[in-house]
Parts: sequence; C-alpha cells; structure tokens
Amino acid sequence: MSTTTRQDTGVAPGGEQRARSGAVTHAKPPRSGMLLSLLAWVVGLLFALPVFWMVLTSFHSEADAATNPPSVFAPLSLEGYRTFFGSDPWPALLNSLTASVLSTVLVLVLAFPAAYALSIRPVRKWTDVMFFFLSTKMLPVVAGILPLYLFAQKAHLLDNIWWLILLYTTMNLPIAVWMLRSFLAEVSVEMLEAAEVDGASLSRTLREIVAPVVMPGIASAALICFIFSWNELLLARVLTSTVAATSPVYLTGFVTSQGLFLAKVCAASLVVSLPVLAAGFAAQDKLVQGLSMGAVK
Amino acid sequence: MATTTGLSVAVALGLSACAGWGGGGIGGGGPNSINVLMVNNPQMVDLQKLTAEHFTKETGISVNFTVLPENDVRDKISQEFTSQSGQYDIASLSNFEIPIYAKAGWVAPMDGFIAKDTGFDQADILKPMTTSLSSEGKIYGEPFYGESSFLMYRKDVLESKGLTMPAHPTWQQVADIAAKVDGAKPGMAGICLRGQPGWGQLFAPLTTVVNTFGGTWFEKDWTPKVNAPEFTEATSFYVDLVRKHGEKGAPQAGFTECLNNLAQGNVAMWYDATSAAGSLEAQDSPVKGKLGYVAAPVVKTKSSGWLYAWAWSIQQASTKKDNAWKFISWASGKDYEKLVGQELGWSKVPAGKRASTYENPDYLKVAQSFAVPTKEAIESADPENPGVQPRPAIGIQFVDIPEFPSLGTQVSQDVSAAIAGKTSVKDALDKGQQLADDVAQRYQERGQ
Repeated sequence: MSTTTRQDTGVAPGGEQRARSGAVTHAKPPRSGMLLSLLAWVVGLLFALPVFWMVLTSFHSEADAATNPPSVFAPLSLEGYRTFFGSDPWPALLNSLTASVLSTVLVLVLAFPAAYALSIRPVRKWTDVMFFFLSTKMLPVVAGILPLYLFAQKAHLLDNIWWLILLYTTMNLPIAVWMLRSFLAEVSVEMLEAAEVDGASLSRTLREIVAPVVMPGIASAALICFIFSWNELLLARVLTSTVAATSPVYLTGFVTSQGLFLAKVCAASLVVSLPVLAAGFAAQDKLVQGLSMGAVK
Repeated sequence: MATTTGLSVAVALGLSACAGWGGGGIGGGGPNSINVLMVNNPQMVDLQKLTAEHFTKETGISVNFTVLPENDVRDKISQEFTSQSGQYDIASLSNFEIPIYAKAGWVAPMDGFIAKDTGFDQADILKPMTTSLSSEGKIYGEPFYGESSFLMYRKDVLESKGLTMPAHPTWQQVADIAAKVDGAKPGMAGICLRGQPGWGQLFAPLTTVVNTFGGTWFEKDWTPKVNAPEFTEATSFYVDLVRKHGEKGAPQAGFTECLNNLAQGNVAMWYDATSAAGSLEAQDSPVKGKLGYVAAPVVKTKSSGWLYAWAWSIQQASTKKDNAWKFISWASGKDYEKLVGQELGWSKVPAGKRASTYENPDYLKVAQSFAVPTKEAIESADPENPGVQPRPAIGIQFVDIPEFPSLGTQVSQDVSAAIAGKTSVKDALDKGQQLADDVAQRYQERGQ
C-alpha cells in the first residue's frame, strides 16, 4: 500500500521518506482507530451489561426473572417496583441521604483547611502528615468493628444516625484530604502572591482566588465521599437496627432463602442507585475537569 | 460554590430536623413500640403486612421490623443477643439457637406470660415443638411455623411401574423403589437427596438417616462416633443411593434444587422438609395432585423425621417484655392463623405448630394431601431421643451445641466430595471423627 502511495504521489527523493511515513500514518489510524473503538465499545458494553441486565430484570415478574435460561423477552411488569415502594422504603432512603450529605459537608469543612495547610502553606513534615492520613485507611473496617460496636453500646449510640455520620466523616476524611491537597497544589503561587500584594484577606483569597480554581476538585471529592457514604453497608448493618438503618441495609432485606426475589431486588437496587447517578450527572462537568486536573500537569 | 454549600447545609439540617438531634434516625420508635428482628421468609413478610392494620390497631403497640436474609439474620441476632444490647425486643430464632441462648441467659423465659395469657392455649402447641423450644423445663420460644421431614413421591410414576409405597417405608424399600423408577420417564432420576455442603443442607437429611441406622455424632458422654460402623453404613447408603439413582448435579443440590427437580418432573421421589408440600401443591405447580406423602423412611427407629421451627424469643435485656409477649401471643395465636386464611388464603397459614390447625376444615380443604402426614411427622419427632442411644444434647438433624454449624459444615464438605466421587466415605468420616474429637474434648473436660 505504501508503494502505491509513493508511486502515486511522485514526490522528490528528499521528501520520499516523509511521504511514505505520511502515507503510513494515514493508512494505519483508521484501521487501528476502528479496532480501538471496537474494543472500547466491547469493554464499555461489558461494564454496562450488568446494569442493563438489572434494569431489564427489574421490569420482569418474579417468575420470569428466575428462569434459566433467562427470558429476555418476557412481558414487562412493575411488580418489583410496586413491592419496593409498597414496603415503605422512605425512612431508609432519608437516613442514607442524611448520613451521606451531612458527612460529606463535614468532610469538606475539615478537609479543605487541612489540605490548604498541606499544600499552599505546607506545615513542617507535611509528607509525614499525609502518610499519617493514608495510614488510617490501612486497617480494614472489619478489624475495628468490635470496638466501634462496644463503644456505641456503652455510649448509647447504637441505632443512631449521628454515630454513622461521625464514622462516615472519619472514613472519608483521609481520601478528601489527599484529593483536595493534589487539587490545591495546582493553584499557582504567583496568583496568591498577587492577591496578597493587592491586599486581599485570607478569606477573600480563598473565596475568590483559590475556590474557583479548585472547584472541580471539591466537586469530585464531594461526589466520591457521597458515593462511599451512600453505598456503605458493613458499618450500617452492624451499628443500626430499626430506626437509623440506611438503604443498603434495607436492600438486603429483600433477599430470601424461601421464594423468589430477583425482580424486586433489582427494582430496589435501581431506585437506591438513582441519587448517586443524579449526583454524578449534576457534577459531571466539574467531575471531568477535576479528575483530569492532575493528569495534564 | 457558596450557593451549593448553602443548599447542602440547608438540606442536611432539614433532614437532621427529621432525624431528631438526640433521636437516632428517621424510622419509628417511642415507648409504646417494640423492635422485632426476623428472617425474610414469606410467612414473616405476610406478618409484616398484617401487623399495623390488626395488632397495632387493637393494642396501640407499634412494631418496627428489621427483616434480613437467613444467614444475615443469624449473624445479627448472634451479635445482638450475645452483647445484650437491647436494641430488639423480639427475634425470630430456630429451635437450634433457643436452647443454647436459654442456657446462656440471653433469652427470657415465657412461662409467666403463658400462665397469665389463657387465650394463647399453650396445650394446643404440638408437644415436640414445645420440647425443642424449652430448656431445663422452661419455655423460651413460641413457634411461628414448624416443619418435619417426610418422603414425597410421584404416585403416577410408581403406579405406572406397578409399585406401591408403604405408609412407613424402610430405607431399603425406598432404595429398591428408586432403582425401579430411575429412568421411568426420559431424564427422570429415582430420588432427590441433598448433596450441597452445609450443616443445614446435606446434614439435615443425612443426620436423620444416621439416627435411624443406629448412628450418632456423640454418645451421652461426648464420645465422638463419626467413623463408627453405624454412621459409616448410613453415610455409605446415602452416598451410594444418590450416586446410583439420585439427581443430576447432586453435590450442589440443596432444598431449592430438589424442589425444582420434583416440580419439573426430573425426579420421582424426594426426602425433605414437610414445608415443601405447600409449594408443590400450589395452584401453579405442574405436579399438583400427583404426589403422595409418607413418613420419613426408617431402619432401626420407629420414626426418623426431623424437627425445625422458626420461633419468637424475647431478649433478656428488653425493657418492654410485656408488649413483646402481646405481640408473640398474637403472631403465634390461633386467631392469627384464621386472619391469614381469610385475608391472604389458607395455603399461606403459618402451620406446623398447633393441633387446632389440623382440625380446621378450611385449612384441610387446601392442604388435604399433606396436612395429616405433616402433623404425624411433627408429632412423632422426638428431639430428646432421636436415635437408638441416649444423647448429650437435644436435636434430631443437629447436635444443639454452638460448635455444630462449623463441625457439620466441615464434615459435609467431605461427604459432598464423596457424592461427587472425589473422596471415599471412609476418608471423609475419618477426618470428621478428628474434628468431632476436638469438639468432644472441650465438653469432656468441662464434665458436661
């Protein structure tokens, strides 16, 4: 193919190499590009398939959802959704929302100044501090569950949403500090110095100089913390019972060892996933900017 | 950013106002309410539906339920009751846990409440149920529904081969019939027996077979007998039967798989829980009306059916025991069975616990074919003396000690491997004997 191109172009010997390589780069990208696109589609579909399957199953009757081989074209039904909404899921959903929103706000309020002190005006031995934050994530949650339970029992904090809010805040704080620190490191020192020279106060500098630059970072950190809190099951299952139970705990209640449950579990899972999806879509623009911030440096 | 944060804070504060600063969460609570932790079985879900409209309306006591799958609920109950945190007033426990929890002082005795509540009619509860939910003469649990085990078979298939099923068959007779009906229809195996590992799966039916062959896990003085000739003979018989005439995929088959096999015509017989009959005789079942039910097969004992119940127990740490009893008295009472029959249909009645259920013509109309065999199976079950020798602990298809789930599950994995042909019964039971010996030593040292 390159030979044909060379003959057709009939360029001078000096430009031959350039023409050949030009022909090669023209010929190859479409083929490899198509292959890559195809691969991306296949991988994308593989990732999306369980979600599609969940959506489809949620609209089937329990009997059709349980057949083997699966009945893809079975008639659609809202039975699963009726069961879910008929079982009064609102307290659990509101508990999840309370725990996730409040813990995310607390995390941001605490993580932002910490990240500022670790990046823009770094404290002494700031790397040790960062490692300390990271080290708190090294202990698996399950290893700490017994002391957390016993403490909550003695302090009368079992089945209390504030105990979950506190735990979710501590659970997400190191991640948020690490994320925000890397975003704050993007703020140029020149901008801060210029603001200082112009007589801007610290709070004004933070509000008008730093915040706009790191807003995408804050959005992505907030979303990550919200998702982690919203989906958390282990702590919620052990530490709550009838009053403060969150939606992941409520979801597990649809599974039974005697009878069919796939359609209603899929319907319930879909509804419970919606707030996270909504938050993700709402923060999409900022999120993409935020996640690619460190990458382009 | 200010707007977004402001909005988030406003939403959060609004939500927290709903939660109540000292309160804990969005759900209910209060002095005239009780908390119930229960397994997510269909009978419990029906109970949940009927509670507000009937129990709460009559008594003014609101009930907050936590419903979890079986394994999760066992974990949660164990965590809750061992710590006596008092979060739940009532939990659904089986007759495996109740005697253990009673000895540990985690559940409250109910005799005082029963004596005062004449309308409850404790004498109507089937005697083996009361026995299996008691410890040292005191009652610690009231059954919600119960089951035993029996043999289910396809009447039409046996008839086509000119065979008759005895009312009280021996295991040898069952094995002979299984051989004759194996392949009676294309793809049909002789019998379905559980092969899935698990103390509550494979070892539920197998322990009843061991009992009737004269075997036992432990003798009265805790001497382990897992590789004794009787235990070995029973296990070899079970493994041979399922390998020669059993269902496809036997090493993975549990209750659900066998239920599907019998319903779909893949097997001619099935030895399992009496509670399976309700699904097999349901309106949409392909085998409705085609099945016969006879007593659990025997060898050396008069009966061999197991006994299992989901029952209510009150946590010792509960501060609302009176209200808790009112709920139990309602849920396990005669009137509740009538309520379910009238509101949801008689096939959904949580049966297997009261003698009066089996005298109710409305119930008998829908449960005609299996009601009497079920009642007879439960009544003939003897959880204190299920075999030919005295036992150190109560239990038919299990040994009622906290170590049994682990021991039973480990040994069942090797027996399941023997069904799959990967090991021999002898090797499986020799390993089991070592494991049982470790457990036995602890009890022998304690002199229990």
